[in-house]
Amino acid sequence: MATKNLPMREALRQALREEMQRDERVFIMGEEVGKWHGTHRVTQGLYEEFGARRVRDTPISEMAIAGAAVGAAMAGLRPVAELMTINFAFLSLDAMINHAAKIHYMFNGQFTVPLVYRAATGWGNQATATHSHMPEPIFAHFPGMYVGVPSNAYDAKGMLKAAIRDENPVLFTETIALYPKPSPVPDEEYVLPIGKADIKRQGGDVTIVTYARGVEWSLQAADMLAKEGVEVEIVDMRWLRPLDMEPVFESFKKTNRCVVVEESLPMFSFGSEIAAQLQEAAFDYMDAPIKRVSAMDVPLPYAAEIELMALPNAQKIVDAVRGVL
Amino acid sequence: MAEPIMMPNLGAGMEEGTLINWLKQVGDTVSDGDVIAEVDADKATVEVPVEISGTILSLEGEPGATLKVGSVIGYVGQAGENAPAGEAKPAASSPPPPTPAEQPAAQGNGAASAQKSGNGAPPAAQTAAPKEPAEAEADGDSDYPAGVKASPVARKIAQDKGIDLSRVQGTGPGGRIVKADVENYKPAAAPAPAAAQAGAPGAIPAPSYGPLPSGPDVEVIETSKLRSRIAARMTESKQQIPHFYVTTEIDVEAMLALRKQLNEGLDDAQKISVNDMVIKATALTLRQFPNLNSHYYGDQTVRHKRIHIGIAVALPQGGLINVVAKDADKVSLGTLAVTNKEMIARVIEGKLKPDDISGSTFTVSNMGMYDVEHFIAVINPPEAGILAIGSAMKVPVVKPDGTVGVGNHMKVTISVDHRVSDGAEGAKYLQAFKKLIETPMQLLL
Repeated sequence: MATKNLPMREALRQALREEMQRDERVFIMGEEVGKWHGTHRVTQGLYEEFGARRVRDTPISEMAIAGAAVGAAMAGLRPVAELMTINFAFLSLDAMINHAAKIHYMFNGQFTVPLVYRAATGWGNQATATHSHMPEPIFAHFPGMYVGVPSNAYDAKGMLKAAIRDENPVLFTETIALYPKPSPVPDEEYVLPIGKADIKRQGGDVTIVTYARGVEWSLQAADMLAKEGVEVEIVDMRWLRPLDMEPVFESFKKTNRCVVVEESLPMFSFGSEIAAQLQEAAFDYMDAPIKRVSAMDVPLPYAAEIELMALPNAQKIVDAVRGVL
Repeated sequence: MAEPIMMPNLGAGMEEGTLINWLKQVGDTVSDGDVIAEVDADKATVEVPVEISGTILSLEGEPGATLKVGSVIGYVGQAGENAPAGEAKPAASSPPPPTPAEQPAAQGNGAASAQKSGNGAPPAAQTAAPKEPAEAEADGDSDYPAGVKASPVARKIAQDKGIDLSRVQGTGPGGRIVKADVENYKPAAAPAPAAAQAGAPGAIPAPSYGPLPSGPDVEVIETSKLRSRIAARMTESKQQIPHFYVTTEIDVEAMLALRKQLNEGLDDAQKISVNDMVIKATALTLRQFPNLNSHYYGDQTVRHKRIHIGIAVALPQGGLINVVAKDADKVSLGTLAVTNKEMIARVIEGKLKPDDISGSTFTVSNMGMYDVEHFIAVINPPEAGILAIGSAMKVPVVKPDGTVGVGNHMKVTISVDHRVSDGAEGAKYLQAFKKLIETPMQLLL
């Protein structure tokens, strides 16, 4: 199968374009998504191709964007609403959690809410404490909405297409640092199933469970550890909900050791969830305590050096893996 | 919280050491890496470092006591904190014999520990005090399920295989029994061949040559720990390993010339010895022959990806010890020379570090300095081979033009474990080794 190396932003753009071509009910809305081509240039060219009706610039109101998307989805359209960055999603929590995630249940299945909330996410580049969140676990907390967290261009495209086609509301977050990173993307169309994790590297010594940018750091750590003869297996969860634990259990039963890597905060986190599920399901396979590598439990500092210290990196992962060996 | 100080691994196969001296006292502050004790291991005096920081709360054992590898030899915690009483030893089945039991009976914790660890097994050292159920609630290691600190998977495997965890030595953090400990566990009671026990000094049955001679004409000398160890290892090697030997003769003129050139202007601490060059050549050649850098374990052979060369060093007081040149194929000849010199100096001073003598994957024995033409060496198990290096000697050689001249030759013999390799490989190894010595610039690459 022929492939092209594409940066993640371009793979996402392909996904949006293909889905808009396939289904005329699909439309994009958000701040600066049209004439400005999107803050992160994901929607570049779509306004010109599909017009202002299907690529709608909105006022600066996340509550309005999120709420209008719910209404449009209930009325039969398939909105892809961009929240620019996940930091602004806090303004629209009521629409997202009380409406989008609950309406199917509250109305006894009379309505579905087939929408996608897209948002850029991630830490770094001195965006300061209020613009440096990875709060995906908060959204994964609530039943009723799926949460997709791709780690590379290939996954991002296939996952976004699946999200747009699904009848359930999906929060789809895209790590800013991964937008320019290329990976091979097939020329032919493909869709990756919702809620399916992926083994990004095989190894028998320690299982690393992670997602999004954690995959990149974990792969770097794996190379460093391989030089010491330590082979780690990396499970990329891809989706925080539905959470595909089977490959994690399977890997853990082989390695008996686990390090969870998350770019987000450690309290009540992805890492806590994985560790809890592992000990419940695979207690008798555990040979060492499960370790977590997370961002530090602080508002992210502004100074560049201290900011980096507060974030996970490959060396911290290597140290954690050594700690469970 | 008090953390146990574990007796570290002292090097290949050594299971215990005799405490010479505590270098720190209870109440002293230590940080990770500080040396707290000197221990007489089977082969040399070894410094014991701590791997935790804090205040020493307790130290177990008087000088002369036997400390088992992996056992708790003390506790480190915060100043003013109490050491866990009862100092439960992970190896409950083998308490150190020399010191009389010191646990204060009033604490009763030793008894509680023994009781809980029992699980059907007889307690190791029963103290006289009758036990009350409440004592089982006392603090200490005995709070672990079934009285042992073990990972869940280790417990599961032990249960499935019917292994009594109280008899398994834990090598995980804080002495935790981990999966590998249970998987590698062999019941001591099984009638094993002598070699299986070779780790323990004196495990080789003493030869019976009739009653021990006595009288004014003889002097009876106690066999030292080191001698017992060598006796055990070498008997194991010769009884179990089918050795074969290949010898070659190597022109060392070019190597000696290169060495002279390299050492020009270097001070003594940096000078490169013939032995350093031989070690380097041995290691580089092993890269091409990974099979000879492997260890034989019956159904499996473990191929080592790193090349650590054991260097047999004669001790001033008699006996022999292997120091280990780590990654000898990778480090530069200059670094190798300095490191080797430092290690050998530590051998002479009796100040070896555990790391100096552990991890060799192949060994070189060089007797070049003793004016020997050639000799054959006994393999150091579980290694697959050993090189024996003779002296460089002036010999008559027939030159390419047919005339006779003087050459400088050295004989080298490789001993190889025939279970791992065959004659042709041994010969090819020597061929490559010879080529490297005779065109020695490659040692500098």
